[in-house]
Amino acid sequence: MEGNTPKNTSDHVLDVRNLNVRIKVPAGTLHAVTDVDFHVDRGETLCIVGESGCGKSITSLAVMGLLPRSATMTADKLTLEGRDLLSVTDRQFADLRGDRIGMIFQDPMTSLNPVYTIGNQMEEVYIRHGKGGRKEARERAIYLLEKVGITAAASRLGQYPHQLSGGLRQRVMIAMTLMCDPALVIADEPTTALDVTIQAQILNLLKELQDEFHMGLIFITHDLGVVARIADRVAVMYAGLVVETGNAEQVFSAPMHPYTQGLLECIPIPGKTVRGSQLGSIPGIVPALIGEQEGCLFRNRCSYAREACTDGEIDLETGGDQHGYRCVLTPEETVNHIKKAPNAAVAE
Amino acid sequence: MGYFLLRRLAISLLVAITVSVIGFSLLRLSGNLAESLAGEDASPAQIAETAKAYGLDRPFHIQYFDWVTKALQGDLGQSLFTKEPVIELITDRIGTTIQVACYSLLLSLIIALPLGVLAAMKQNTWIDRSALSIAVFGQAIPNFWFALILIWVFGVLLRWTPISGTDTWRHFILPTITLSTFAMPQFMRLTRTGMLDVLESDYIRTARAKGLSPAVVLWKHGLRNAILPVVSLAAVAFGFLLGGSFIVESIFALNGIGYLALESIQRQDFPVVQSIVVFISVVYIGLTLLSDLINAQLDPRIRLH
Repeated sequence: MEGNTPKNTSDHVLDVRNLNVRIKVPAGTLHAVTDVDFHVDRGETLCIVGESGCGKSITSLAVMGLLPRSATMTADKLTLEGRDLLSVTDRQFADLRGDRIGMIFQDPMTSLNPVYTIGNQMEEVYIRHGKGGRKEARERAIYLLEKVGITAAASRLGQYPHQLSGGLRQRVMIAMTLMCDPALVIADEPTTALDVTIQAQILNLLKELQDEFHMGLIFITHDLGVVARIADRVAVMYAGLVVETGNAEQVFSAPMHPYTQGLLECIPIPGKTVRGSQLGSIPGIVPALIGEQEGCLFRNRCSYAREACTDGEIDLETGGDQHGYRCVLTPEETVNHIKKAPNAAVAE
Repeated sequence: MGYFLLRRLAISLLVAITVSVIGFSLLRLSGNLAESLAGEDASPAQIAETAKAYGLDRPFHIQYFDWVTKALQGDLGQSLFTKEPVIELITDRIGTTIQVACYSLLLSLIIALPLGVLAAMKQNTWIDRSALSIAVFGQAIPNFWFALILIWVFGVLLRWTPISGTDTWRHFILPTITLSTFAMPQFMRLTRTGMLDVLESDYIRTARAKGLSPAVVLWKHGLRNAILPVVSLAAVAFGFLLGGSFIVESIFALNGIGYLALESIQRQDFPVVQSIVVFISVVYIGLTLLSDLINAQLDPRIRLH
């Protein structure tokens, strides 16, 4: 299992170009994900950030091939370790799921099947992908349970999910995802349902495991605090679009999109934010994404909104430095705004 | 598991005692037994004599304990009509009833489970709608009427099956179909609803994210969770098929326990009626216990309660 075949390191583990997901709903067609580009390399963490309904989970389900039947997906490119996922059959896609690409879900309390033991659920994925027999599967499961910090691993295999706490169950989920040594792991808000102290442990654990197993990690979250801790690169999503993307440092130190700026206003910074002062909030609500959309979708909530925001499509502007954002403002304008009113950008 | 089993057994025992008391009392409350035993023209002296002969003059609780002690030893008294021991009457007849009940339960489950799963998978398609229509049909039509239609079509017009008696397995075809038509829809609907819930659940998504085949996702991860209420219902339905099939038994002249009960009620053969009531109840209790144990085996969380 250890000692992976060396892959082309220049190739991305996952490469997504122009991903669109449309979902048929009674009211019409929901533009859940629009023109999304991103890529992940081995050993790299990409955080997809955004509020509920921004399309981040749908994006991950699209990559997993687990979209609901009412959804249709199109993309110019969708490759996993160089393999084209757009042309594979359902069966071939299933062969990759759990093997080359794994997913950790939000709620560990409900993500494990209550009627089967931990061991059964961990071993089945190993056996399903032809990695070995029951004995090897068991050994691998014990090895990984120890890796994720579960004591008395061998005896845990006979336990049922309800006998474990939420934090332990999420560790089990993580161990289960690693059973076949995937190249890419997608973690969809894996810490949201957990206690704050457990959250930090799980984050550290994921980081450690990523270093050890050298996998690509897509971390989906709405929590910028989490992003700051683990992200190499960030993609901020709003209303189905990536509105800003770049290295974690770029996005955090010089957010170019008013939405990203707004998000950053919402979190207190230890030592900087005055105790008792009002934190920022972004007024308004996310627009309904039924039917064709025009212009910048954030304009109704944006304090810089102007004529130019209403028409056409706003492209993801990228400089040479991989920092891109979808906004009509020039970098100079944005910087000036921020300088003028560092805290008024989005408050009230 | 040990504690769970003990608790269930204790509860079952309590229910059995309660049922036996109620069963015993009901007949005694339904009129003066000695009067009806002695016959219409009996004089008060004759009635008193009859009461004495049958021990009906003793206090209620003495009668009850006497009856229970004997019943536990397998002595349920004698039929007033045929003078045979009641236990023999019941054991002679119960085989047929159990046979029909087993066939019907089996046939309903064999049809209902796959149909329910399929309907859930293909929710709101024509498959789903047809399955539901069949269910509504099965639940809406009266048993006895459907039995008569079956007899007329398959027994009289087509002459494919015998219409009464219990001589060969072919005699069981029509009763089994009749009873299944009644029992199947409940199983089907419950399986469908359970499966719909389960298919939405997070662990099914996890199973799919692991690349498991649709069959494994459905049958291993889905059905075991969806089937729990069906098991409980099956126990109740089986009890109903045992005790409540007397209409079907009379129509097809199956000499089962339901038919025996009907005869005995008409003959005022109270030891038989009383024994059947208690017997069926005890079987019911046993079945409920069994379904609880099966469910505990299927879902470890149940063992906690």
